[in-house]
Amino acid sequence: MQRRHFLQTGSALGAMGLVSGCATVGGGNGPKVVVIGGGYSGATAAKYLRLWSEHKIQVTLVEPNESFISCPMSNLVIGGSKTIAEITTPYDNLTKRHGVTIVKDRVNSIDADKRIVKLAGGTELTYDRLIVSPGVDFMWETLPGMNKAGAKDKVMHAWKAGAQTVTLRKQLEAMPDGGVFAMSIPLAPYRCPPGPYERACQVAEYFTKAKPKSKVLILDANDDVTSKGPLFKKAWAERYKGIVEYRGKHNVTDVDAATNTLKFEFNDDIKANVLNVIPSMRAGDIAVNAGLATANKRWCEVDFLTFESKAAKNVHVLGDSIQIAPGMPKSGHMANQHGKTCAAAVIALLMGKEVNPMPIYNNTCYSFVSSEDVVHVASVHKYDADKKTMLAVPGSGGVSSAANELEGRYALAWARNIWADTLA
Amino acid sequence: MKIQHALTAAALLALSGLAQAQVDPLHVRSWAASCAACHGTDGRAQPGMESLAGANKDDMVKKMLDFKAGRKPATIMHQLSKGYSDEQIVAIASYFAAQKK
Repeated sequence: MQRRHFLQTGSALGAMGLVSGCATVGGGNGPKVVVIGGGYSGATAAKYLRLWSEHKIQVTLVEPNESFISCPMSNLVIGGSKTIAEITTPYDNLTKRHGVTIVKDRVNSIDADKRIVKLAGGTELTYDRLIVSPGVDFMWETLPGMNKAGAKDKVMHAWKAGAQTVTLRKQLEAMPDGGVFAMSIPLAPYRCPPGPYERACQVAEYFTKAKPKSKVLILDANDDVTSKGPLFKKAWAERYKGIVEYRGKHNVTDVDAATNTLKFEFNDDIKANVLNVIPSMRAGDIAVNAGLATANKRWCEVDFLTFESKAAKNVHVLGDSIQIAPGMPKSGHMANQHGKTCAAAVIALLMGKEVNPMPIYNNTCYSFVSSEDVVHVASVHKYDADKKTMLAVPGSGGVSSAANELEGRYALAWARNIWADTLA
Repeated sequence: MKIQHALTAAALLALSGLAQAQVDPLHVRSWAASCAACHGTDGRAQPGMESLAGANKDDMVKKMLDFKAGRKPATIMHQLSKGYSDEQIVAIASYFAAQKK
């Protein structure tokens, strides 16, 4: 079977005049795919494009960061039970094992007509197909005070794992006992729906152990907890009684970083010792600037069979930048699934084969309500040919019945596995 | 009990034939890749999760159908298995059974 497949793809490429002989790792003159952004979706797409094309497609990944720092598990760094090093994975296996060419640079612009990506360092990359996976960027224009000098250095979002994660942890360590940690949550959709509530649990556990007179104040623009609500509320009411306070319908409209004050649409100002402002989000700047964000100028609409942009030909958009299908979360696990679905489709399109007409994939999301006990939400999503979108399969999916330590171990195993599946 | 087993085996056999007859192997590979986020690329798992690569196909199918029917307790697989048809489960199990351990 594998041999027949090899011969088929070989002859298809030969017929297209793309392969002179034996394809070599990272070289040759096969079709070119450029991937912008090495997060959960982009890195996965890069790896699987090489793996599934049997190294016939040349893949270049443009990524400014030295290594991959995982957003999932980063709340454990804020809670103090993990270090940033433990959630960091180098990119080198994508090159060593799979022959992905990695260019450490930023993208300045995309010329979709000429099929060229222009990098900040001056390099121009040509492509047959382009994958854009820049994640999210923040709508700072909705919080005027955050654009004042020094505000972004003082008030963390910590919603892209890395330096901000470490700084927020340090701010919590420096906070006196009896202080207040206030976190604001934007209206959905945003990256990682249960993430803010998990973070509240992590900070609360740290306070329970180290600063028991302190408070965690959750100020949520949404009416109510957007994910795993009953499970988080149980944790706050029982494990973190007297420490966590949740307030819905609190939409932050401005931040005074100098006085650590949050201002709201309808509610009184709130001052806290440590602020954590998670701003509203949209598709990453690269996607927005390339005109790919066609849904409210915020998210990128795609064809769910191929992840090809509805705004530009030969350009695919993955991960948190897309306009999600109903019930589809913006999660790392889902982004990993986007990466593989897109890789298979791009290979089929470049080789003149049929694109899978029935994608099916799942989402599994674990949240740590303490450093050991975990709750999950899971779902299975299937392509609906009539509605041309992904829909949750009726009767599938669900949440944990209660927080438990066994799923804590599974959550850590999930992280090891998805990091390897994405990057190794 | 014996009759039930025989029926299950017959049903599995019938399902196997159906899956092989209808689905493009590359599309089955894409379905199986969805499992890889937890169970490792091509089912070769990192520590702490069950490897599926090279496992017995019938055992995997039985386990998934038991999860799906609620006969086998689980933290998460009883919820995920319900998202797949029996035919899809057989096709995915065949893919993993054929992978190198």
